[in-house]
Amino acid sequence: MSDRITPLVMPKWGLEMRQGTVAGWLVDEGTRLEVGTPVLDVETDKISNAVEAPDPGLLRRKVAQQGQTLPVKALLGVLAEPGVSDAEIDAFIASYVVPAAGSDEAEAAEAYAFAEVDGLRVRYARRGLERGVPVLFLHGFGGDLGNWLFNIAALAEVAPVIALDLPGHGQSDARLPGASLAELAGFVARFLDRLNVERVHAVGHSMGGAIAAQLARDHAPRVASLAVFGSAGLGEEVNVDYTRGFVDAASRRELEPVVELLFADRSLVNRALVDGLLKYKRLDGVTELLGTLHGALFEGGRQAAMPLRDLAGKPLLVVWGAQDRVIPAGHVQHAPAHATVHVFDDAGHMVMMEKAGEVNTLLRSHIGA
Amino acid sequence: MARKISMKQAINEALDQEMVRDPTVVLMGEDIVGGAGGDGERDAWGGVLGVTKGLYAKHGDRLLDTPLSESAYVGAAIGAATCGMRPVAELMFVDFMGVCFDQIFNQAAKFKYMFGGRAQTPVVIRTMVGAGFRAAAQHSQMLTPLFTHIPGLKVVCPSTPYDTKGLLIQSIRDNDPVIFCEHKNLYGFEGEVPEASYAIPFGEANIVREGKHVSIVAYGLMVHRALDAAAALAREGVEAEVIDLRTLSPLDIDTVLESVAKTGRLVCVDEASPRCSIAADVSAQVAQRAFAALEGPIEMVTPPHVPVPFSPALEDLYIPSAAQVAAAVKRTMGGSKHG
Repeated sequence: MSDRITPLVMPKWGLEMRQGTVAGWLVDEGTRLEVGTPVLDVETDKISNAVEAPDPGLLRRKVAQQGQTLPVKALLGVLAEPGVSDAEIDAFIASYVVPAAGSDEAEAAEAYAFAEVDGLRVRYARRGLERGVPVLFLHGFGGDLGNWLFNIAALAEVAPVIALDLPGHGQSDARLPGASLAELAGFVARFLDRLNVERVHAVGHSMGGAIAAQLARDHAPRVASLAVFGSAGLGEEVNVDYTRGFVDAASRRELEPVVELLFADRSLVNRALVDGLLKYKRLDGVTELLGTLHGALFEGGRQAAMPLRDLAGKPLLVVWGAQDRVIPAGHVQHAPAHATVHVFDDAGHMVMMEKAGEVNTLLRSHIGA
Repeated sequence: MARKISMKQAINEALDQEMVRDPTVVLMGEDIVGGAGGDGERDAWGGVLGVTKGLYAKHGDRLLDTPLSESAYVGAAIGAATCGMRPVAELMFVDFMGVCFDQIFNQAAKFKYMFGGRAQTPVVIRTMVGAGFRAAAQHSQMLTPLFTHIPGLKVVCPSTPYDTKGLLIQSIRDNDPVIFCEHKNLYGFEGEVPEASYAIPFGEANIVREGKHVSIVAYGLMVHRALDAAAALAREGVEAEVIDLRTLSPLDIDTVLESVAKTGRLVCVDEASPRCSIAADVSAQVAQRAFAALEGPIEMVTPPHVPVPFSPALEDLYIPSAAQVAAAVKRTMGGSKHG
């Protein structure tokens, strides 16, 4: 082994990922990589995404072949400077051993936890550092904490991280504490009480952005800063084809075109992603509950409230995908004057997934880590 | 993350949750209360393979032990359904269904049509199907085509614990008679199942593996044989799409047609006897409606047209294997641009 050789390995995107399939290489051997350069595409049973270079370096060898399915931490490629000989690289590849999957204890520490808030069971994940102001991730309408799949680990390196399934979403109980932003934000505040967390950097996507803003208004001391992605709560318009379509779709055939509206690159919507959403939507009570939430927040394609507008006194990061087909990127014009605004050209509503590397860099700098 | 449970446990959980949710749900069957009361034992055996174990202790008199007369209690279940109950009758082996054909085919299936759409018959008949259990010709049949043939019946045959729970809950909530076919060799098969209740709509096939070269259509145990074949074929560069029909009536032929439009090739796998089978039905519909899309002959993989043999060696040969499925794929791919 040589410290002059950097292995590029199969990432672990979320607790449930055990293996990934190499969909294709994006660069050739001999390419000089910067941190965050997309190197190859990997498909998992949840989603497809690009593996980015962890360190700067020269891609000397592609080890994994297109179409190969490999376990987490398997060797995908080798980065090394020209001074390292081919023989050394061959020896490195030959001696590389895939680290065993985490022990049961490590897995248990990583597993999801459940808390009861107002008699409602909430699933959440707590990761990262012990000390510091935690980053709180709030997903959007119909989503779950898995929407932050590519962000949680990156932020956990620099801060404590909390992500929850909002009531009626993911694996939390299929009940609502109320359908207004104030009731949902109040619930989040009581969830933080339950975890003995005083203050958070609130990070929200879509409806979760509006909840974060409402939290900052109603419970100002609890929110150190805000970061919102493709957020509700800034402008009036919301694509009812998505929101109503998501509520009403009962089959794969109906749901797939709706889910495609979330991404700039429709090919990211694979069978497993749609199947996962169908499994959630089939749970007793979910369709009715989403209908109620939709009626309260997005009826007729108009947002009921705009708590992000004129929100003062908190550091605010506003991020959008220019190709957002759910909430138009034009809403950034309503962002408060002090906000830092960033629009990615080739991303859609799920900008934090489609631009994970850049988004993580923005988030880290936003929270001052 | 959802926990893993067996198909048998998934059936038990679906019945339990529906009994809690809806007081009109009752269970009927042979020996489902058997064993209770002996030596201070509160619970029952839960039927011949223990599928309903634990439910008697919890729901008591809503489990009705029946005489060994399928014609009597299946008829009673159908009658109770027309009067507002939602009975789930357990008919041990599908092979015994013959003695209650009149109740099922001529009564339950017909009421809605003969009473101007006003009569509902929300009955579920759960029954074990399939070979491989060393139980010989009278306890091993896959009679799904018989029920699929009759208008007015819905026919379900799941392949995984997740589908089993969701489809059984849908069966109980459905207002029509449902024949729910459980493959006994899948009872121990485990998979992730949510703890909460959920219903999977009828008539929605599941694409369990995506591929572009050939469509393999199957249901029940044969889904797993098809998946094994697809995995073997993938190593040779053939990408097979595997479609689990899940419900045979209603049938999601649209998903099959869309898949064949993409792949141009169809292999139907069925554990039922080959004549007038589900495989024959799907093949005929595709030939009628997607002939222009076909790039090769439709292949069927079924048992031979004989009763299930008692000899274990012959029984193993009788049930369609992954190797037979793979061979059928190669036949239909023969001489093609992919082959």
